[in-house]
Amino acid sequence: MRFFQSHPRIVLSGGFILLVCLGALAAPWLAPYPFDQQDTHSILQGPSPQHWMGTDRLGRDLFSRLLYGARMSMAVGIFTALFAVLFGTIYGAASGYMGGRADNILMRFVDLVYSLPDLLLIILITVTIGRGVLGIFLALSLVSWVTVARIIRGEVLKLREFSYVEAARAVGAPHHRILLLHILPNTLGVLIVTLTFRIPAAILAESTLSFIGLGIAPPFASWGSMANEGWSAMKFYPHLILFPSLVLFLTMIAFNVLGDALRDAFDPENRQRSG
Amino acid sequence: MIGFTLRRLTWGIPVLWLVATATFALMHVVPGGPFDQEKSLPPEIQANVDAKYHLDQPVLRQYFFYLGDLLRGDLGPSYKYLGRNVNDMIRETFPVSMQLGLWAVLISVILGLGAGIIAAARPLSWADHAGMFLATAGISVPSFVIGTFLIFLFSYRLHLFPAALWEGWRYSVLPAVTLALLPTAYIARLTRSSLLEVLHKDFIRTVRAKGFGERQVILKHALKNSVTPVVSFLGPLTATLVTGSFVVEFIFSVPGMGRYFITAVTNRDYPLIMGVTLVYAVLIVVANIVVDLIYIWLDPRMRIKNN
Repeated sequence: MRFFQSHPRIVLSGGFILLVCLGALAAPWLAPYPFDQQDTHSILQGPSPQHWMGTDRLGRDLFSRLLYGARMSMAVGIFTALFAVLFGTIYGAASGYMGGRADNILMRFVDLVYSLPDLLLIILITVTIGRGVLGIFLALSLVSWVTVARIIRGEVLKLREFSYVEAARAVGAPHHRILLLHILPNTLGVLIVTLTFRIPAAILAESTLSFIGLGIAPPFASWGSMANEGWSAMKFYPHLILFPSLVLFLTMIAFNVLGDALRDAFDPENRQRSG
Repeated sequence: MIGFTLRRLTWGIPVLWLVATATFALMHVVPGGPFDQEKSLPPEIQANVDAKYHLDQPVLRQYFFYLGDLLRGDLGPSYKYLGRNVNDMIRETFPVSMQLGLWAVLISVILGLGAGIIAAARPLSWADHAGMFLATAGISVPSFVIGTFLIFLFSYRLHLFPAALWEGWRYSVLPAVTLALLPTAYIARLTRSSLLEVLHKDFIRTVRAKGFGERQVILKHALKNSVTPVVSFLGPLTATLVTGSFVVEFIFSVPGMGRYFITAVTNRDYPLIMGVTLVYAVLIVVANIVVDLIYIWLDPRMRIKNN
């Protein structure tokens, strides 16, 4: 209760995310119908007691598909974000710690990837390695680590000048020990915040790809591909696009609010400055 | 200044070469060619088609053909739209995308700066909270969600603006607003935090002590010193707009480069994919150089550092 009073944003947004995660995990038990079960007798129905969110043009239950879509979207979001943070941290920390010419070369490459539109790169990679879940996962991972690498490099550059690091170096601690025990633990707050922001970024990229028809393909559902299916019939059956869009929007906003709140919590100095 | 521009330009050329090479490599490791159809062609015709597009040559030769054509500014023929070449298609679609993009830049800079200033002028007021909540929402909402919402509201219900196509200014309102939403939210947040930081500086206290009104303090003294983060966002903004144009041009059936790119990807029309990618790369390199120049012009300290 006290935690809620001091951090209402974290509790509310975190709670919503937890709910979506639970729904995604428990989809096979929670969903009233299989996600690909077609029922030709009840196509394009609006919300009703039998079908809480209505049915699509093949008579599939929208609520069930939304739950399975949560699986797809959250899995893509969380796993690519984890990969991005892991690889980006290693790359950024190495680059920042080595400094000098190596840092220069490593960061030139990062800057190049960073400056190009991420969706463009993701599309180009999926053209090459194929679409589907694995292709999208790989493409997103290959693109999104650069942001993390930039952030962590900046942190490491700052931290390695601290006198306690100098002290460790003076008593002869080896580089890996300094990096792992003295520098990286101090980037933990930044890492958690970065992870929180990478997840919605990945979810957004996946759903956007799926929406323009270059992502998750039927019969599988992700929120983006469901929005795409609903989009063509939006004029007459708005419920088809309303529910996936709404869930996607709420999830995105929850992650972004959580990220902002965590950043404020980890960095009180910054919060004061920005009011 | 000229030396700096030239130096940045010489940095841009290897970048473009890298992008050209990388896209070429990506497109050529793909299994299956653009002419693989369900009904296979007779072998003689297949051979003719391959010869016409140099597909019968070794990959390295194809690469040099491609680079040679690029140096002459020739992006090659389209594989899917027979008889048309990529140059023509880009010449047709680029102005549309450019116009859309410029509208979005204009909207986002005006609205974003405005919202950021209002929020920073009275931190923690209801206007600040409302503005920053809208900004968080703007960053969170996917463009296809806001785009479909705008179509539903302004075309289907209110009949104010057309939902699709590109035949006059009324057609550009909804796509431009959709495209501008994300950058507007970013600029508003950047302006607010940067302005608040400047407002706590000593020289602002001096200005206040001299008895200037709050409006003058912010607009005349603080704002100029706090736009640098916004200016440096204009570089990534180009990339954001490119990404956004894929979705926005798809939703609103705008005949721009983004929509052609998506179609090209679905059709595996490699020259078109590579051509459009290169145009984007050029655009981003140029945008970054322009941003650097604005930076130097705004901040005299940078001038000394760079010369």
